Amino acid sequence: MEELLLIKYGEISLKGKNRHEFEGALLEHIRWVLREHPGARLEKAYGRLYIHSVPGDVKLLSRLAKVPGIVAVAPALRVENDVSEIRLAAVEAAKRALTTAGASGKATFKAESRRSLKSFPLKSPELNHQVGSAVLTAGLGLTVDVHNPTFIITVEVRETGTFVYWTEVKGMGGLPIGSSGRGIILLSGGIDSPVAAYLAMKRGVALEALHFWSFPITGEKSKDKVVRIWRVLRDFDPKMRLHIAHFTKIQTAIMESCPEKYRVTVMRRMMMRVARRLAEKLRALAIFTGENLGQVASQTLESMAVIEDTAGLPVLRPLLTYDKRETVELAERIGTYELSCLPYEDCCTVFVPKHPVTKPRLELVREAEKDLPVDELVEECVGGIETLTH
Amino acid sequence: MQSSGVSYVARTAESANLVYLDNSSTTRPDPQVIRAVNTVLEHDFGNPSSLHRLGAKAERLLDESRERVAGMINAEPSEIYFTSGGTEANNWAIAGTAASFGKERHMVSTTVEHPSVISLLDHLHEEGWEITLVGVDGEGRVDPQDIMDAVTEETALVSVMFVQNEIGTIQDCREIGRRLLGLGPRRPRFHVDAVQGFARLPIDVKDWGVDLLSMSAHKIHGIKGAGALYIRKGVRLKPLVFGGGQESGLRSGTENMPGIVGFGEACRVWSEDREEVMSRLASFRKRLITGIKSAFPDAVLHGPLEEGVAPHICHFSFPGFKGESILHALEARNVFVSTGSACSSHKAKPSPVVMALGRSEAEALSSIRFSMSRNTTEEDIDRAIEAVAESLKELSAWRKK
Repeated sequence: MEELLLIKYGEISLKGKNRHEFEGALLEHIRWVLREHPGARLEKAYGRLYIHSVPGDVKLLSRLAKVPGIVAVAPALRVENDVSEIRLAAVEAAKRALTTAGASGKATFKAESRRSLKSFPLKSPELNHQVGSAVLTAGLGLTVDVHNPTFIITVEVRETGTFVYWTEVKGMGGLPIGSSGRGIILLSGGIDSPVAAYLAMKRGVALEALHFWSFPITGEKSKDKVVRIWRVLRDFDPKMRLHIAHFTKIQTAIMESCPEKYRVTVMRRMMMRVARRLAEKLRALAIFTGENLGQVASQTLESMAVIEDTAGLPVLRPLLTYDKRETVELAERIGTYELSCLPYEDCCTVFVPKHPVTKPRLELVREAEKDLPVDELVEECVGGIETLTH
Repeated sequence: MQSSGVSYVARTAESANLVYLDNSSTTRPDPQVIRAVNTVLEHDFGNPSSLHRLGAKAERLLDESRERVAGMINAEPSEIYFTSGGTEANNWAIAGTAASFGKERHMVSTTVEHPSVISLLDHLHEEGWEITLVGVDGEGRVDPQDIMDAVTEETALVSVMFVQNEIGTIQDCREIGRRLLGLGPRRPRFHVDAVQGFARLPIDVKDWGVDLLSMSAHKIHGIKGAGALYIRKGVRLKPLVFGGGQESGLRSGTENMPGIVGFGEACRVWSEDREEVMSRLASFRKRLITGIKSAFPDAVLHGPLEEGVAPHICHFSFPGFKGESILHALEARNVFVSTGSACSSHKAKPSPVVMALGRSEAEALSSIRFSMSRNTTEEDIDRAIEAVAESLKELSAWRKK
């Protein structure tokens, strides 16, 4: 009887011709997670991955649960395709379920068998019966409850052997990183943008994070805050880099030469220009933001259209329709909420005028930025970007 | 990331070039303190409670440090109790007094105290104590008569800080203490938070009639994690920390020997040349005020100009600018200061102390504290003035009209 980790990946197996590419991306990510486990061996089967030689590593389980594309991870037992061995494994699985769940004497279970090896002599209902009777007669005090069991003993009979498991950790689902191309995420340090990044990564986008830093208006601590948020997000994509653009010069130029009420709009347009240039360099296909409809004055459809005007690439807003409460809940789950609530100011809080325009008109905004040496400022900003890789 | 590539040598060179004017947040340990601390760490590492000779050595070092601290305030060594720092000393003085009284009574303090006093008084208020916070004048000074007017028969404690940590105003603790003495044997206890004045200005607990006085090591070139509470002989204070009975059973826990020995050594260093250092700082303070006023005539000085202010603290507002932005612009020029009190500056809230002076929120948001130490030089002051001029120029586009 071998102990291993069983990984389920759902949606990828439906993706037809791209399947190999998607599986390749997933395998690469998992190998990266496994780099600290030199003994581990990865085995691929249809719709399943197995990791050998890492028994009972709870930390590894939770790290795998953060790999986009993985639907669930389960510690499992593998035996030969032999009924008596399967019965033994089922009893062992029941014992583990009892210890890990800390279940009391009243615990119940149910057997669920799947047979992808059609040559196996027992059909699924018969195998369920075998598993059930083995566990019931093992003296563990368990009873069967098919409707609301304390745990389920799952048995999968496959060509390479039979896999028995009793619990599983839910993964984040979605698609493997890179399977949807590359994007830039504007990462501010607020609550929203890390959540937008998470959602884009969940759908397989390989992200490059771009942060605009306004020293001396804000300090090292506000940069460190973004670095800490980025490190949390790297659990979902270990290759994600953080690009820090020094933005003060652009903001100062805006404050000197643009009418106050257009400041924020022009600033966002400048951010898009910088993001676009970075995207060209990195071959990214879209710009992601944490923007949300109507949340603040600048996030109206009119504003978004005027800001997008300078992006040259699709600007995608995963949180567009989210309520604040929904975003906060997700941020808490991801683990960025507390970091985002650290009180260091970001550049926007200093920069925002009393009455920003909420429904800007494109021609008036273009007029407002006519004295701004746009190309020069953008080139200098992009040239000064510092990139963190670890 | 940021620091990984910086070698130790580069760091040393960098720190030699710093103009460090944030000494009311913390000071750089004195080289003699570092030597004393290292000796404790490397050789005299015994536990003062141990019976062998390493323990005996540690106990002798402990006694010696206690004498040195006591000598700074004209106390008996047996009246000095080591703590983890100023916050614990303040907490102990106030919460220990509260615990000694069994039922809720009354305490008097001021509106410009340190958060370690104010937030504890808030907590006691929630527990049912009546708290009176006496206001200050436009320079941060409390009128001793206002304190006396607030005292009732129910008053268990009067707590007044010696030197205000943000603006440097000196409270007349001697006058307050002597007036309280005049109330006779049933008078309230008198606690002085002396963290910002200790060692730099003369303190005489006997002459002032002080019952409890808080001190901290790292504000006087000692190291973090050590402080002390003076408890006048005869004052019964309930302990906050229970255990092995160290510090005469009043503050249990194995003594922080490196911190305490460093504290004693820092006291020794100060006792040698205090007056000379402080008169130097008083002239630097004048120089700084003149320089900043001429670089930026709109600058507003908080606290007294010369009389009744600690020479090492100097606090300005630069209306229209944001304090934090000035701080970072100065930092880029290797000049290190703080916005108001370092403990509250992360909150991006106007400094409550500047607000207590009756100033506007704009002033309380644009305030910068320069705080000097025995290491400060005239060149530091001139570089700071120049850096302020340059920084305000750099930030001029960001100034709110």
